[in-house]
Amino acid sequence: MNETEILKKENKKEALSSLKKNGKAEKSKPGRGRYKKGDGVSALLFLSPTLVVFATFILFPVIFSFYLSFQKWNMFSSQTTFVGLDNYIRMFKSEEFWQVLKNTAVYTFGTIPLNMGFSLLVAYALNKKIIGKKFLRTAFFAPVIVSPVAAAVIWRWLYDPNFGLINWFIGLFGINPVNWLNDPTAAMFALIIMGVWKTFGYNMVLFSAGLQGIPETYYEAAMIDGASGWTRFWKITIPLLSPTTFFIMVMSMIGSFQVFDIVYVLTSGGPLGSTKVLVFYVYEHAFKYFDMGYASAVAYVLFAILFIFTMLQIKYMKSKVLGN
Amino acid sequence: MPEKTIKTNKALKTTAKVSKGIFFHLVIYALALATLAPFIWMVLTSLKDMNEIYVYPPKWLPDKFHFENYKNAFEAAPFGRYYLNSIIVALSVTLGQLITCSMAAFAFARLRFRGSNILFYLFLGTMMIPYNVTMIPSFMMLYWLGWIDSFKALIVPGLASAFGTFLLRQFFMTIPKELEEAAYIDGASRFKVLWRIIIPLAKPALATLAIFTFMGAFNDFIWALIVLNSDEMRTVQLGLAIFRDRYLTQWDLLMAGSVTAVLPILLVFFFAQKYFIKGITLSGLKE
Repeated sequence: MNETEILKKENKKEALSSLKKNGKAEKSKPGRGRYKKGDGVSALLFLSPTLVVFATFILFPVIFSFYLSFQKWNMFSSQTTFVGLDNYIRMFKSEEFWQVLKNTAVYTFGTIPLNMGFSLLVAYALNKKIIGKKFLRTAFFAPVIVSPVAAAVIWRWLYDPNFGLINWFIGLFGINPVNWLNDPTAAMFALIIMGVWKTFGYNMVLFSAGLQGIPETYYEAAMIDGASGWTRFWKITIPLLSPTTFFIMVMSMIGSFQVFDIVYVLTSGGPLGSTKVLVFYVYEHAFKYFDMGYASAVAYVLFAILFIFTMLQIKYMKSKVLGN
Repeated sequence: MPEKTIKTNKALKTTAKVSKGIFFHLVIYALALATLAPFIWMVLTSLKDMNEIYVYPPKWLPDKFHFENYKNAFEAAPFGRYYLNSIIVALSVTLGQLITCSMAAFAFARLRFRGSNILFYLFLGTMMIPYNVTMIPSFMMLYWLGWIDSFKALIVPGLASAFGTFLLRQFFMTIPKELEEAAYIDGASRFKVLWRIIIPLAKPALATLAIFTFMGAFNDFIWALIVLNSDEMRTVQLGLAIFRDRYLTQWDLLMAGSVTAVLPILLVFFFAQKYFIKGITLSGLKE
């Protein structure tokens, strides 16, 4: 599109809207500042860098990959072939796809309860009187910020079957060494443990913020009534924290469904495909087999799943807001 | 008599409370130690020689610190070059986002134009689009542009951010308008107002955005994996992943490489912790 054309259009619109506004009473919101002529043009200028990047690397790709999901294309030929729903049919008939979807779900629903339980526990503890709060918070948060690649390299060493720290540790309790990364069942478990370690600090911060939002007076009143610490936790903290909890749950679901980096380095999807997750599957089909149409179709299925999660979140938020 | 029992009861209660407090501290510090253990083990391993690494039960401290592991790792792969690449990319993306996001945020916070609300919600909506939906066409675009295996491929797609725009807009809205009004009366342009008045006042928010962006760009892996081919273009993360494939069991070198990849971000974090926390709570609870 021609940029000057857009600018002209904006100018016209602006002129029209200012005419309308002059005709009617000023409807400007309080505190929004006085209306200045030509704001539309400036806004376009201020927004243009972002709009160009978004149009190129988000808007166009989202539309184009939808189109691609109905095509057969290896990227290097100049021709794409329309195949209708073939990619989707192939996907739903593929045993591997269902296995991958199952792996992703197992990872997600394995990580989330552990992650949330642990992060809430730590946040609750850090909300109390405790020595060295700052150090503790730093310690629990550190895994979040380090690169997933380096973290996964470290964990490969921790999971080493013969010399790894983890087998040594469980050995102290008389548990036999586990071949963590080469046994299909153990590998998923290993991935989940590492996933929890890597992400719980993030949720801890969100829980902490949520906990600080609960008025102290509620606890004081409960204490006067003789409620025990446990009762206070279940009857005050948990219910009042539920919006935070729900938010964290949905965000964790969205995040876990897109896990890739740690899988790539820790297990490379193995052994026997037992830790191959959706994004890994998309990556493999797109950039190893160059089956762009099929990869786009799988990506869109993932998009649909995440869309449902997001809608759940929005619906819940709305009902909360309207309920108040 | 009864007075005495009350006293002992009280004493018992306080000892119970104190021991409970000690127990509580022990548990939480044990958890913290467990969380840090992988890092400690990484650093210790990176300073051992192979004979000390392959022992069971594990030996905690090396007899001698083998700092030459780092030298060897840097010789086995051009980590210095990887580093330079990562820093160039992360700094460019961060600087770019600070500029584009503050401009866009200014438009949303201060300028009145048609469809501003709809556009803002569209911006927010882009945050829920998963990466791998846009990844294939984005790769193709870069391929057609001839940008594959270049810094441009790593930098340009990251030059805008809905999260950053949102974060800054929220902050800009809290800045009182009186100063700007005065500047406009003196004939200042909008750019001048943004640059001279808003930006200096928004330093904490900009710092938060800068730290988050830098961390994300420095730690990014999948995009580098897709768009880079040649060894000298690799970032630290990609370099480390490929290093892992080559030196599968050379744990001295692998751990030295990992320390290298982890260190800058950990340092930034220790000095700027509050900005991390602020960024998360802002993104998490104000939506």
